[in-house]
Amino acid sequence: MIEVQNLTKRYGAKTAVDRVSFKADESEILGFLGPNGAGKTTTMNILTGYLSSTDGKAVINGVDILEEPLKAKKMIGYLPEQPPLYLDMTVEEYLKFVYRLKKCKLPINSHLNEICDLVKITDVKKRVIKNLSKGYKQRVGVAQALVGNPPVLILDEPTVGLDPKQIIEIRTLIKKLGKNHTVILSSHILSEVQAVCDRIVIINRGRIVADDSSEKLVQNLSADHKLVVRAEGNPAEIKKLLSSIPDMKEVRINRENVEPGVSEFYLNAKDGCDIRREVSKRLASRNYPLLMMKSSELTLEEIFLKITTGDMYGHADRIEAGMSGKLTDKA
Amino acid sequence: MFAIFRREFKAYFTSPLGYVFLAIFYAFSGLFFWLFSLDMGSTDMSNVFLMMFMVLMVFVPLLTMRLLADDKKQKTDQLTLTAPVSLFSIVFGKFLSAYVIFAIGVAIMPIYGFVMSIFADVSWLPIWGNTVGLLLLGGIFVADGLFVSSLTENQMIAAIGSFFINLVILLLNTLVNQIPSGFFRTVFESISVYSRYNEITNGIFSLSSVIFFLSVIGIFLFLTVRVLEKKRWA
Repeated sequence: MIEVQNLTKRYGAKTAVDRVSFKADESEILGFLGPNGAGKTTTMNILTGYLSSTDGKAVINGVDILEEPLKAKKMIGYLPEQPPLYLDMTVEEYLKFVYRLKKCKLPINSHLNEICDLVKITDVKKRVIKNLSKGYKQRVGVAQALVGNPPVLILDEPTVGLDPKQIIEIRTLIKKLGKNHTVILSSHILSEVQAVCDRIVIINRGRIVADDSSEKLVQNLSADHKLVVRAEGNPAEIKKLLSSIPDMKEVRINRENVEPGVSEFYLNAKDGCDIRREVSKRLASRNYPLLMMKSSELTLEEIFLKITTGDMYGHADRIEAGMSGKLTDKA
Repeated sequence: MFAIFRREFKAYFTSPLGYVFLAIFYAFSGLFFWLFSLDMGSTDMSNVFLMMFMVLMVFVPLLTMRLLADDKKQKTDQLTLTAPVSLFSIVFGKFLSAYVIFAIGVAIMPIYGFVMSIFADVSWLPIWGNTVGLLLLGGIFVADGLFVSSLTENQMIAAIGSFFINLVILLLNTLVNQIPSGFFRTVFESISVYSRYNEITNGIFSLSSVIFFLSVIGIFLFLTVRVLEKKRWA
């Protein structure tokens, strides 16, 4: 559906996007994740034909955006970071304008009504956009992208500046749209991408540092030999007991008295060693009730920080290598 | 193109801009009509048309300053530039919207002629010729205004910039008089918009002038398209 190969954009000496490649399949929601200034918006602007790339190519449904821009643009609905609204128009006038601009062939009234219902702006249709709240403006922006029912939707930070209720609404809407559209959305909020997207592409300083499904991304980077355990009993004795497990590197008391008489421990075993059974057995043998045990997976936040701060760059490159392998498999 | 034209044209009347421009146009043309025709008891309107050069030079920039500058500032250019329309149809749609407002203003000129025809015999040919001349001149002002508007995000700068270009167009004519006759004088004479417009108001309506005016309009529209195109590649 969308194929991006070695996309590069240079502004003079500064490289904003550096050899970015990824692929999005039909009915897939792809999350584009990165800190501010990572190159997300630039990539999206190139995909939509707003900017041109210095090198590489972007193909939408088999159509190169540079070679046949009009044909490619017809297949894309784009919601830029700041919704491109004409503030002096009413919502209805604006959507009709977009409809004509995009040269749609669908029946105008029913099509626009359908979109208004979908993004829930029917009740503000007659109002001037200038007077709408930020949440409504954002939704009009989404509506604008949906006009003409393009198969590809590109949404740049669609939930930025909305209140929590609106964020949930927009997310639900995106999920719904993802069922019959290819959606690329960008965000610097990880929980959002995790909640909505099937796949996540992490970009930093113009380069892709990770590309995988959100579960796998967490799995790959998490450490299953690190556990957080809660047990009831004397903390010092439990610590001593757990420290005697052969592969154990470190046992630390996280917090005492999480509940009355219950303490939380952080366990760090040698790489690749599964110590869960041993922990359970040893605690049971001394009659210390085990109340909780979970592997201390890194949250996406932690993964993100690890990858993008650069001290994990070696690690990130590994993921990248794995990813390109996957790409060639598909191709 | 038609969608853009329709939107921009409507926008002139959702803000005071369209009304203000037309009011200014009618006020000044009415004033000159009274001064040079009614008060002087003459049916010759050529001075009225000539004076409109100065008025339009100052006020057409008000009409065009918003067209592309505001799009950039409000980021609505991201909508038009990512829509399946060519750059030329965006530029031409915008040009047309301002131009039609201008033409609505110009439509008052033949009406003055009708007013005079009540009192005296009017020779219509020069009036129609002058009206066409004014329409051509306005086309240049609108096109250069649109061009400057594509260069900046700031409406004020766009207005001042296009006023400056109009001023240069006027001063080019004064420059011609300072150049001794020869090759350069011929060149500057033939590219002087003012002297060609002056010719038309004097009743000399030549095909070469029409082509000249249309070419200048075309050049500015072409440059505007190039500016938008360049932005993508920068």
